[in-house]
Order: sequence, then C-alpha cells, then structure tokens
Amino acid sequence: MSVEAHSSDHIAPIKLYLAVFAALMALTATTIWVAFIDLGELNALAAVAIAVVKATLVILFFMHVKYSSKLTWLVVASGFLFLTILLALTMADVVSRGWLGTPGG
Amino acid sequence: MSTGHAGVDTRGDSSAGARAYAHQFDSAEHQHGTAQLGMWVFIAQEILFFGGLFLAYTVYRFMYPEAFAQASRHLDIVLGGFNTVVLIGSSLTMAIAVHGAQLGKRWMQVIFLLLTIFLGCVFLGVKAIEYGHKFHEHLVPGPNFRFDGDAGHAQIFFSLYFVMTGLHALHMVIGIAILGVLVWQAARGAYGRAYYSPVELTGLYWHFVDIIWIFLFPLLYLIGRH
Repeated sequence: MSVEAHSSDHIAPIKLYLAVFAALMALTATTIWVAFIDLGELNALAAVAIAVVKATLVILFFMHVKYSSKLTWLVVASGFLFLTILLALTMADVVSRGWLGTPGG
Repeated sequence: MSTGHAGVDTRGDSSAGARAYAHQFDSAEHQHGTAQLGMWVFIAQEILFFGGLFLAYTVYRFMYPEAFAQASRHLDIVLGGFNTVVLIGSSLTMAIAVHGAQLGKRWMQVIFLLLTIFLGCVFLGVKAIEYGHKFHEHLVPGPNFRFDGDAGHAQIFFSLYFVMTGLHALHMVIGIAILGVLVWQAARGAYGRAYYSPVELTGLYWHFVDIIWIFLFPLLYLIGRH
C-alpha cells in the first residue's frame, strides 16, 4: 500500500489548470463587457449562461469530476436537479400568479 | 473491537506493509472514494443551502426589476471584479496544492496552500472595505437606510446582498481555518501519494465557494449597467 494506493485517481497536468484559469479570466471579462451592452431581457440570461459555463469548468477540471466515478456524477447532478426544481416550481407560481385576476374582482 | 484500530495508519507513505486505511474499508482506494463521495453529498446539500437565497433573489428581482437595477449600480464593479480575479486565482493555487499532494511534493503543497490562504485573506479584506463603504453611504438596511429612488425595494436588494455575500464570506473564513490546519499537517509530511484525502476534500470545498461567487458577482454587481 504505497505509491500505487491512488493509482485510480487521475492526476491532471498543471498546464490544464493554467488553461482553465485563463478561460475563467476571459469569461469574467466577457461577463463584465456584456453587462454594459443593452440586450434587454437577454442581459440576465447572458450573465447566468456565462456563470454556468464558468461553474462547469471549475467542476469538471478543478474539482476533477471529469475523471470521477459515475456515482460522483450522480450526486453532483442530483444537487443541481433539486436546485432546478426549487427554482422552476416556485417561479412557475410567482410568474403566473396574476394571470387569472382576482376572483370576484 | 479490541485494542484500538490495529494496523490503521492514515499517514500512508511512511508505513510500507502496514494497512493505510481503516478496517471497515477493503482498500485505500475504497476509503478515498468513500471520503470523496461524502464530500460531494455535503456539497450537494450546500448547493440547496445557498439555493434558498438564490431563489429569494430570483423572486424579488422578478417583482422589482427597477429597484434591483438602481441598487446594483451602487456596488463597486472594480472591487467586485478584482475580488473575482483573486478568488478564481485562489482556486488555481488550491488545485496546484492538491496536485502537489498527489505527487507527494511536500513544499509545493505548503507553498500553494499558503498562497491560497493569502488570496482568501485578500478577498475578505476587499469585502470588508466594500462593507465599510456601504455603511458610510447609508446603504445598510435598517433605520439609517437612505436611497434616492425606490428605497423600500432597494432595501430588499441590499438585505440579499449582505446575507448572500456574508454567508459566502463565512464559508471562506471556515475554509481559511481548515487550510491553516492543512498547512501545518502538510509541513509535517502528513500527506503524500498514498494519502491526501484531506487536501483534496478541502480543495472541493474551496472550489465550491468559488462557484458561489461566480454566480454572486454577475447577479449582484452587473445588473442595470447598460
């Protein structure tokens, strides 16, 4: 039980980490740049989309999920699945609340 | 259970022949994989913990988009952007520290863990300066709140700003404390190729905190700028 103990773990090269860091910096600059352009409703969408891409890079490479077991993928996906349910179902209520008007009013 | 955990040596490298894992596991890989999975379950829970705040933000921003845009313009993009670079940089140094642990390079671990702590402290220092500005500008929700515009709903924005960034900062304070212990242990040679779970799991936590900020920065600082 010595050197081989974690042979199952993938050891990513530092070059990869530097490339991911550079991509994250470029995306940070992009998100600031886009915020100053008037896209109407699309501004919020662009901000969230860029943040999702950045988070995905961090999760896949810095957090090694790209090289992790299917069980890890399942746990990560379940976290985001339940977050999506939380946001989607609540917003479905908030957004549609006024659609039918007030009864009797 | 007899006399303690016979043969358990979590220090790994030093003990050729001795088992480098606790008795309930089949192998060191099994133990490492279990620790990783446990950390991911914790992080999945953390996603939902912060998720409640992101939900509150989404609901109120949907209801009061103008007040949120006005209030957001009072945040400092330069300081926020600087902190984003600092925090992503700290994720890079953390990833390199884990890399050092995986290769059994003791001083590489120590140096990059210290760099991570340093960048974490820079982030918190800038955050403290920003909070100070908000107090001086009467932008802290409460009786002294003053705002030129929709003050009532701007207070909701600033309440969310302080709670979300505050909870994020609290996570960083905890992370820095854990990193301090890791530096101490790593300098003593506790982690090597055969056993580096604590370094890797702390890395997962640190990167998660980075991800929260990746969302907080555009959602709080960058609305209503055009």
